[in-house]
Amino acid sequence: MDFMVFQYPMITIQACLDGILLGVLFALIAYGMALQWGVMNIINIAQGDLVILGGYIAYFMYLYGIHPAWGVIVSPIIMYFVGVGIYKLVINKVVDRDLFISILATFGISILFMQLMNFAFGADVVLANSGYGTTFLFDSNVVLPNSKIFSAVVSIVFAICLVIYMKKSKLGRAIRATAQNARAAKILGVDTEKVYAATFGINAALCGVAGALISITFTIHPYMGLPYTIRSFMIVIVAGLGNLPGVAMSGMGLGVFEEFADYILGTEFRIGSVFLLLVLILVYRRFKLSRKREYLK
Amino acid sequence: MNKNLILYASILVFGLAAPFIFPAFKVQLSILCVLIILAVTWNIQGGEMGYNSFGNILFYGLGMYLCASVQVGMFFPLAEWTESGGEKTFVHTPTQFFQGMAAGLVVAAVVPTIVAGLIGYSILGLRGHYFAICTLGLGVAAGEISGGIEIIGAGQGFTTPPFPNVGGLEARGEFFYFCSFFALVLAFITVRAIYSTRFKLILNAIRDNEDKAEAMGIETMKYKIIGWMVSAFFCGLAGGIMGGLVGYIDSTDVAFDGREMGVFMVLMAILGGKGTLWGPVIGATVFHIFKEGFWTFFLGWQYVALGVLIVVIVIYFPEGIMGWLREKYPERFGEVVDEADRKAQVELK
Repeated sequence: MDFMVFQYPMITIQACLDGILLGVLFALIAYGMALQWGVMNIINIAQGDLVILGGYIAYFMYLYGIHPAWGVIVSPIIMYFVGVGIYKLVINKVVDRDLFISILATFGISILFMQLMNFAFGADVVLANSGYGTTFLFDSNVVLPNSKIFSAVVSIVFAICLVIYMKKSKLGRAIRATAQNARAAKILGVDTEKVYAATFGINAALCGVAGALISITFTIHPYMGLPYTIRSFMIVIVAGLGNLPGVAMSGMGLGVFEEFADYILGTEFRIGSVFLLLVLILVYRRFKLSRKREYLK
Repeated sequence: MNKNLILYASILVFGLAAPFIFPAFKVQLSILCVLIILAVTWNIQGGEMGYNSFGNILFYGLGMYLCASVQVGMFFPLAEWTESGGEKTFVHTPTQFFQGMAAGLVVAAVVPTIVAGLIGYSILGLRGHYFAICTLGLGVAAGEISGGIEIIGAGQGFTTPPFPNVGGLEARGEFFYFCSFFALVLAFITVRAIYSTRFKLILNAIRDNEDKAEAMGIETMKYKIIGWMVSAFFCGLAGGIMGGLVGYIDSTDVAFDGREMGVFMVLMAILGGKGTLWGPVIGATVFHIFKEGFWTFFLGWQYVALGVLIVVIVIYFPEGIMGWLREKYPERFGEVVDEADRKAQVELK
């Protein structure tokens, strides 16, 4: 078991490739998390549930005979409005408040979404079959479903589009200005309320894309949201806010870690190891900073 | 002071008489006692110390598993017990049951306290929302990992020893009610004793400004760990009792139920009013009544209602019931109110 990495190089390659393709998806979700955290100073526990909701949209298109890949277009559009709706109902009341209040409020939203999805879609594990087939590498020792490659490519395309949008467009500039200094932006005529709503909407749309891709490549289930939230939180704290290459790299790193944990410890410990890794990372950072008499903030 | 004594005595008498006045609600009352313990001890961190923990569920679940394991393991091989599932291959005699329960509760209270002391130094060095998320991760990780360990039942769960055949269902209800009620009294007396010492002032200093508290020469880390250990002690005890009461332990749905119990304890303390002695007690009572109402009237929709309730409480009542009362009747809380000053403040707003 200990020497699996050297004895079975094919498994290692398989795990690395799987992990990287999965990590790209995580990075996309984490980018949304970093966006709202940086701009609105909100930690959204419901992030994972938005992902799962996006996945169900694609799954339903699949049920009604539309190819689920179109979910990549449809899901973010619907999710954008869901996100703006959540912002108008709940988030705008907690934006200026303590971070803990926002954590608890989004925790409530998370429970609400989880249960509503459970009612609406049932508690079964489902996936939308894309029918893309598989690619075999190295004498068919390494098996890669084409859907995973598709999802990684789509996520990268979306991430690049978003980065360009944030750099060039008027709204993108307003969002960045608000992130730097909300008060100054307000004085200079930026409607911060609108910016916040748009930010939350964009975040939800990103979750929608990721969810649609997850429903094609993996499986979705109403209660699977929280691990995605924790993963994206972990990626953001490792990479730091506003560090896009860092988000991509740590996303892939997390994906590879998970695949190896899956192989070595067994599938039942996969989620547990993700949560434990979060604790370990935070404790490591805490000891590193405490040498300089500082703390995480 | 005298008035307080009468109040406490009447509550005590009412608590002792409650299972005989409401015999149909014994189990509900025991759960209420457990909820109050959890809320009151969460308040030590969340309210007084300013460390909003989602992770006290770790100690609760740990206590639950430990109590049941000790109770079984003292007399029978644990692995065979869990393997046989709910089937009664081994039967506890009444003496064995009560001995095992007593020993189990002691272990369930002591081990989580030690665990809290050991991990406290690492975890309590985090602040604010990092602490909150880290403890959330800790609770869920414990649930996921315990769900993979064979000897305590893994995914199929752990059936706690059934109550021995003395007095039937009535005796069972009374036994667990008095267990939880005495644990509650113990917790309340401890917390009240703590809050009347310098320790509470130190905790409040940590909440208000930790750096300044440290600069004043207070060893903040020591007090933070002690506070957490007190919580862990009672959370473990409550977990042990709850395990016996429910009769079945599942890793993520009963023991390390971070999405329910872990949030409930935060919510109850906030609903009642963080940082007050009575707030969590009132909050837990109101919350439990609400919750049971939901379970009865919105069957199937209870969690949806719960999610809405969380959002509403957090957004509209962040100060809680005690905070609202304090705003309304500041004189009752011993605050000196200057009318002119109050008016001036209103105008400023």
